[in-house]
Amino acid sequence: MNDTARKILAPTLFIVAILGFWEWAVWYNDLPDFRMASPSDLIPRYVQFWDLFLVKSWETLWRTVVGLGLAVVVGTLIGMVMGFSQFAREGLYPILVGFNAIPKATVVPIVALMFVGQHDFNTVLIAFMISFFPIAVSVSIGLSTLEPEYRDILRSLGASNFTIFWKIALPKTLPEFFGALKVAVTLAFIGTNLMEIVSPHGRGLGDLFDSGRISADYPLMFAVLFALAALGILLFYVVVFLERIFAGWAERSPG
Amino acid sequence: MQTDPSHYMIELREVTHAYKTKAGPLPVLDNLSIKIPENSFCAVVGPSGCGKSTLTRLVSGLMKPNEGQVWLHNKLVTSPRPTVGMAFQNPVLLEWRTILQNILLPLEIVKSPMSKAEAVERAHHLLDLVGLTGFAEKRPSELSGGMRQRASLCRSIIHKPDVLILDEPFGALDAFTREDLWCTMHDLRAQEPFTCLLITHDLRESVFLADQVVVMSGRPAHAQYVLDVDIPGKRTLDDLYAPKAVEMLATLRHQIQVAQGRTTDEDAPPPPPKPARSQPIPGAMQ
Ligand SMILES: Nc1ncnc2c1ncn2[C@@H]1O[C@H](COP(=O)(O)OP(=O)(O)OP(=O)(O)O)[C@@H](O)[C@H]1O
Ligand SMILES: [Mg+2]
Repeated sequence: MNDTARKILAPTLFIVAILGFWEWAVWYNDLPDFRMASPSDLIPRYVQFWDLFLVKSWETLWRTVVGLGLAVVVGTLIGMVMGFSQFAREGLYPILVGFNAIPKATVVPIVALMFVGQHDFNTVLIAFMISFFPIAVSVSIGLSTLEPEYRDILRSLGASNFTIFWKIALPKTLPEFFGALKVAVTLAFIGTNLMEIVSPHGRGLGDLFDSGRISADYPLMFAVLFALAALGILLFYVVVFLERIFAGWAERSPG
Repeated sequence: MQTDPSHYMIELREVTHAYKTKAGPLPVLDNLSIKIPENSFCAVVGPSGCGKSTLTRLVSGLMKPNEGQVWLHNKLVTSPRPTVGMAFQNPVLLEWRTILQNILLPLEIVKSPMSKAEAVERAHHLLDLVGLTGFAEKRPSELSGGMRQRASLCRSIIHKPDVLILDEPFGALDAFTREDLWCTMHDLRAQEPFTCLLITHDLRESVFLADQVVVMSGRPAHAQYVLDVDIPGKRTLDDLYAPKAVEMLATLRHQIQVAQGRTTDEDAPPPPPKPARSQPIPGAMQ
């Protein structure tokens, strides 16, 4: 079996097996729809609400991506400050850790009160707040652990600090950065949904989930979960794709 | 302390340096003075950890000495200079660049009259010289330690520096490649003259390549002994077996032992070369 065939066939096989088992388990235990939905119940929901699924997915998607983009910019800046200045690192670190420790579900109502009605802004804000931490930490660690030998190659030629950052420190940190981005992308996605569900405002897949909950439409709720999983996979692999392009050199060929 | 400009290409005047460590200052260099005339080759040998790499960092301007002066090109060294080429003991190459891009790196910093095409041609020429033909497009991770050292050597001279500082550049090489590269160094110097400061732990290397060999004492180090190597004309590897060279090697070996503290008698004449051992070593066959 060649490589690409296996890469497609193996996950397909596992998905089919798991869905099959699920379908069988619901049928065998004779569970009614309001206890547990089965995969075959989901298809009618997708057919019925297809347009809604597209609109709501797009709302969730763009707000996640904007929040993540913000997290990348701010996280990288904080990481740079912490990476270059030991003083800033020691000062900021406890604050960052404390901020990160606050469960974001408790921040949602506060944000919703602070910026009443600014639903898109609030959602982006939560997505950002929940996801910038790993980026800031990885960039700061990447920069502060840069071996002095790397710096010396250019420093011995009289290069400026900016040149050293641009040509050495930045590319050298990219693998760590993408590692953090893979964590952050999932976190941002959680942040968006948190806002959509904890503070319902009629937007995003969270809203569709909420209507399923209110009308006790179990299959719809499960259908939303699957849509969320699909979006999450999409976002994750976009990051993996970017990593291949920009930090592919860090991947060792096997063997 | 004298402040008149130096007439040498590289001059260290009574340089004293200590590193700050958690356990207090660690004195490394103590009144070290070295003079290297323009276009001559100086090899520095000494016990491990005596401060040889520290010396290279002071000459290249990466560090400033606590006391004393470092002169380069008639100017006091206060910061790094683009006319210096440096190959580090640990030959770091940028993993995200190809070997060719790594070698061309200095030209992205230093202004050079070379055009891009000329630079690439020079890089390929240097790769040929050090025996890395065909490796230009490889990544550093695909090279062995010795190959990386050779690539880093190419990088240090790509911008035609007039001072070359080499910190054990041939350390990870097998004896045959090493001897080839010694000859390459001689050829290079004949083509484009430069002043060279070479750190090495190979006494034969120092005698074959250098015009003067400086033996550093143990830490804190000063220049314990300076040997002038006067082998006139084009040197060949056979010169190393001439009686004069053998005598120089014996002197250096003795001086290193003094530096290591194994002998205290600094003025003792070098021991005569021992005859080859022909009897089996007692107990070696058990
Ligand atoms: N950045 C540093 N901070 C503190 N101590 C250092 C530092 N760099 C080197 N030293 C110490 O200074 C001494 C001299 O180091 P140096 O690297 O110059 O030795 P060396 O002669 O090049 O040794 P080797 O032959 O093993 O390469 C060593 O004892 C080392 O532990
Ligand atoms: Mg050293």
